[in-house]
Amino acid sequence: MLKRPNTLKNSEQELRIFRVRALLAVLVVLTLAGLLTGRLIYLQIVQHDMYSTRSENNRVRVEPLPPNRGLIYDRNGVLLAENRPTYNLTLVRERVDNLDETLALLVDLLELPEEEIEAFNVRSRQRQRPFQPALLTSDLNEDQIARLAVNRHRLPGVEIEAQPLRFYPDAEIMAHALGYVGRINAEEMETLDAGRYAGTHFIGKTGIERFYEEELHGQAGLRKVETNARGRVLRELGRTDPVPGENLTLTLDKSLQMLAYELLDGRRGSIVAIAPATGEILAMVSTPGFDSNQFVTGIDVASYRGLQENLDLPLFNRAIRGHYPPGSTIKPFLALAGLVEGVITPDSTINDPGYYQLPNDSRRYRNWLRWGHGRVDMERSLAVSNNTYYYTLAHDLGIDSLHEQMSNFGFGQRVAHDVQGESGALMPSRDWKRGRFNQPWYPGETLSVGIGQGYWQVTPLQLASATATLANRGHWVKPRLARQIGDTPVPRDLPETLDDIQLASDSWWDRVFSGMEKVISGTEGTARRTGVGLEYRMGGKSGTAQVFSLGQDQRYNADELAERLRDHALFMAFAPLEDPQIAVSVIVENAGGGSTHAAHLARAMTDAWLLKDEAPDVEEVREVLEEDDANVEGN
Amino acid sequence: MPWHYIARSMRGYPVRPPESGIARRKSIWERIHIDPWLLGLLLVLMGSGLIVLYSASGQSIDAVIGQSVRFGIALVGMVIIAQFSPSTFLRFAPLAYGVGVAMLVAVDVVGDVGMGAKRWLEIPGVIRFQPSEMMKLAAPLMVAAYLNRCELPPRLRDIVVCGVIIGVPVVLTAIQPDLGTSLLVSSAALIVVLLAGLSWRLIGFIAALGAAGVPVLWMNMHNYQRQRVLTFLNPESDPLGSGWNIIQSTTAIGSGGLWGKGWLQGTQSQLEFLPERHTDFIIAVLGEEFGLVGMLVLLCLYLLIVSRGLWMASAAQDTFGRLVAGSIILTFFIYVFVNMGMVSGILPVVGVPLPLVSYGGTSSVTLLAGFGILMSIHAHRRLLSR
Repeated sequence: MLKRPNTLKNSEQELRIFRVRALLAVLVVLTLAGLLTGRLIYLQIVQHDMYSTRSENNRVRVEPLPPNRGLIYDRNGVLLAENRPTYNLTLVRERVDNLDETLALLVDLLELPEEEIEAFNVRSRQRQRPFQPALLTSDLNEDQIARLAVNRHRLPGVEIEAQPLRFYPDAEIMAHALGYVGRINAEEMETLDAGRYAGTHFIGKTGIERFYEEELHGQAGLRKVETNARGRVLRELGRTDPVPGENLTLTLDKSLQMLAYELLDGRRGSIVAIAPATGEILAMVSTPGFDSNQFVTGIDVASYRGLQENLDLPLFNRAIRGHYPPGSTIKPFLALAGLVEGVITPDSTINDPGYYQLPNDSRRYRNWLRWGHGRVDMERSLAVSNNTYYYTLAHDLGIDSLHEQMSNFGFGQRVAHDVQGESGALMPSRDWKRGRFNQPWYPGETLSVGIGQGYWQVTPLQLASATATLANRGHWVKPRLARQIGDTPVPRDLPETLDDIQLASDSWWDRVFSGMEKVISGTEGTARRTGVGLEYRMGGKSGTAQVFSLGQDQRYNADELAERLRDHALFMAFAPLEDPQIAVSVIVENAGGGSTHAAHLARAMTDAWLLKDEAPDVEEVREVLEEDDANVEGN
Repeated sequence: MPWHYIARSMRGYPVRPPESGIARRKSIWERIHIDPWLLGLLLVLMGSGLIVLYSASGQSIDAVIGQSVRFGIALVGMVIIAQFSPSTFLRFAPLAYGVGVAMLVAVDVVGDVGMGAKRWLEIPGVIRFQPSEMMKLAAPLMVAAYLNRCELPPRLRDIVVCGVIIGVPVVLTAIQPDLGTSLLVSSAALIVVLLAGLSWRLIGFIAALGAAGVPVLWMNMHNYQRQRVLTFLNPESDPLGSGWNIIQSTTAIGSGGLWGKGWLQGTQSQLEFLPERHTDFIIAVLGEEFGLVGMLVLLCLYLLIVSRGLWMASAAQDTFGRLVAGSIILTFFIYVFVNMGMVSGILPVVGVPLPLVSYGGTSSVTLLAGFGILMSIHAHRRLLSR
C-alpha cells in the first residue's frame, strides 16, 4: 500500500468507508432487533399458553426447607442444646390484603405485645425475596394456635409454621460456654449465603453456637410446589432434602460444669478446668449466669435492661473476657522463667527482711509478712508465697525476658482453639508501654509484674491453660471445646501451638511441683487448710488481686472495705502430681484472701474429677467455706 | 450567544457573528444546538418509561418523581454539553481519558466495595460516583481523537495504539470486577475502530482470538460471574438463587401474550416477581402488562432513535464527529439489545439497565451526556464547507 503523509487526509475516502460501515451497522442493528422480535414472538405467542398457565392458574413456587440444627452434647453424651418443636407465626406480605388491619387483628387475637409488631416492622423493611414468609412471633401456645385456626379465613397470607426451636436444658449453667442462637439480623443477612440459609430464622450469636455455626447449621433443601392463586399449596412437584447440621460433642463435663457453677454460689467469679494432656476444657463457668433461652426467641426489653443494668454483669463472660491481675498465682511460672534463664537454681536462696529495695531507691517493696520470712529458697518461696524472692527474681530477669518467658505460657494472647470472643488480656512489655502511654519502662514496674500486679492482666482461661502447660512439664497443648464434629474427632495436634518450655534438668520440674504441693500440704503452706484429708498429691498456688492499691506503709482490713472493694481471690492448681489429670483456675471476685476461698473451690473441683462419686458434695464444701470465712488471713 | 463563540473569541479567533454572511436565518433549535427530532423521541421514551416504572415500583409515586427529577437533571446536562463545539471534545478527549484512567486506578486501590466489587469512588460528604461510567464516553472519544489524526483506513500501528487505549480502561474495569461495564466500554470504543475502517481480515482474526480467549476468561472470572454464566445456561440449576430472575422474567413476558394483561394488572409483576423488577428487569413488567404489542412499540421507539442518530452521524462533516456520533448511537443500541436479550433469556445476566427506562440516575446521566455530544456534533456543522 502506498504510504502518504498523515497530513494529507483523504476525506472522500474516509466518508466512503464510514458510509459503508454505517450501512453494515444498520444491517446488524436490524438483525439483532429481528432476533429480539423473534424471541418475543416465541415467548409471547408460541409459548404463551404454557407461560400463561404457569403464571395465572397455578403458580410454581419454590419453598425452602430449613435444615435441623446440629445438637450439642457434653463429653459423656449428655444433651446440652436441643431442638424443641414449636409453632411460629409467619406472614407473607405479598399475600396479605391489608397489612395494618391484619396486624391489628393478630395483636387482638393473640395478645401480642406492641414491641413484637414494631420489631416485625423493622425486620420487614429489609430487602427480602418476594413471597418469603417473614417471622412474626415464635413459640405459639396451644391456645393461640386454636384461636388462629378458627380465624384462618380472615387471615390470608398468615401461616402457622412448625419449626424446631433451640432449647438449652441447663441454660444458666451453660450460657457462657455454649453461647446461644438468635434471630438473623439485617447485617448478618447481608453476609449470609441466601440459598444455604433460605427458611432459616436463627443463627449462632455467641460462644460455641457462633464458632461452629458453619458445621451446626447444615444446608437448606427446597421443594417445588404448585399453588393456587391465593398461594395455598396444591401439590408438591419435587424436592431436595435439607442436609441437617452436624452434631457437636464438646469436651465439657456437664456434672463438673454444674459443680463449678454451684461452688461459685451466685458470687461473681469464674472457674475453668482443663485436662492437661489433651487441652480439653472440662468446665468453663462464669457467674452469675443467665437464661440463654430468653435470647433465642428474642428477649423482652425489660428483662434485657435488667440483665444489662445488673451490677454483677451476668452477660459478661468472665472466663474468657474478664481481665484480672493474676497476683501470686503466677509465682510458679516466674520461678520456671528464672530456671530457664539461669537466673536461679532450685537451691539458690535469698534473705528476706520483709521488703525489697532497688539499688539507689529508698522505696521499700513489701513482703506480705511484715517481718519477713528469713532465708527462702524456691520451694519455700512458693509455699509461703514470699514476695521478696520474686521481687529479686523479677529484677534479675528484667522486663524483656520476663515478657518473653510469660508469653511462652500463653499470657497476653488468645490461647484457645475454638472459644468465640476470647480476650488476649495483657502481658505488659517495654514496647507496649511505649505504645500505650509513650513512657519508658521503670524498674519498679518490673517488681510489680513479678508478683502479678501492675499492668499484668490474665483471663481465667489463660491461667488454667498456663497451669495445664506447667502440669505437662512445659508441653503446650491448645485448649479446645469441641471433641467431635459429627463423626470426626477434632485432631489432637492443632496448628499454631506455642513452643515447649525446656528446663536444664527434668528433676527441676519436680522441685517446682514440690513447692506447689507445699502450698497445700506443707506446714507453712498458704492454703494448708485446703490440704486437710487430701487423698492424692496436688499442686497449687494462691493469689489475691488488689482491686485498689494501698499506700506503701498501709495495712488493710478486709472488713473495713466495702464488699466490692475487697480483693479478688485466685487459685490455680493441678492434680495428681505424678500424672496430672486436671488443671484448674478459680477466680472469686471480692472474696478476700486467695488461700482460703478460691483454694477450697479448686480442691472441690479436683476432688470431683479424681474421686468421682466419693468426692464431698457441694454442701460439705460450703460448710468448710463458712468455717474459714471466720478468720481471713493474708496470702 | 452560544458559548463556543465566546470561547473562540477569548482565544483570539476571528468571530463571525451568527447572522452575518451567507448563513441563512437560524431556527430556535439551531440556536440552542438541540435536535428537535431526537429530543422528541427521547422524551416519548422517558415518558413511557415512567409509566412502566409506576407499575414496576409497586405503584410508588415517589419513585416516579425521583426518576423524573433525575431525568430533568440529565436533560439539563445534555443541553449544556450540546453547547460546546466538537473541537472542544476533541481537545479535551485526552484529558478526560487520562483523568478517567487515573480514577479507575484509584478505585482499584481505595474504592468502596459494594456487592463484592470495587466500583465506587467517594470523596466523603461531597460526591460518590463510578469512574467506569465516565469511561463509557471518554474511551470512544479518545479513540476517535486519535484516529482523527491518522489516515484512514487505520494502519496496523494505529490499530495497536487504539488497542492499548481501549485495553487499559477495560482491564481496569474488569478487575473491579464489573464485567457489564467493561464490555460496554470496550464495545463503545471498538465501534469507533470498526467505523473507521478496520480491515475485515483483522476483524476475523480478532474474532478468532476472542473465541480462543473464552477459556482464559473463564479461569479468571469471579465465582459470582461464573455462577451467572452457569445459571444462564441452565436457569433451573439454581431456582432459589440467581436462576430465579430468569425463570420469573420469561414467565412474566410469556404470560403477557399479544396484548398483555393491562397496566398494573400483571400478576407476575405485582405479586410474585424478581427483586430487580424496577431496575434491570423492568422490561419484563412491560412485557407482561403490555404484551408483544407494547414490546414492539418500545423496540420501534428505540430503533427510531437509533436511525435518527445514525443519520446525524453520517451527516457529520469530519472524521472525529462521525466516529464519535456513530459510536454513541450504536452503543445505545447495544444497551437495549443486551438488556432485552438478558431479560428474555437469550443473553446471560450482566447487569445492564434498559436505557432511560430502568430506575436509576447514573446511566441516564451518561446516556444523555452522550446524546448531548451527538447534538453538538450535528448542530455545529459549518454550513458552507462543501
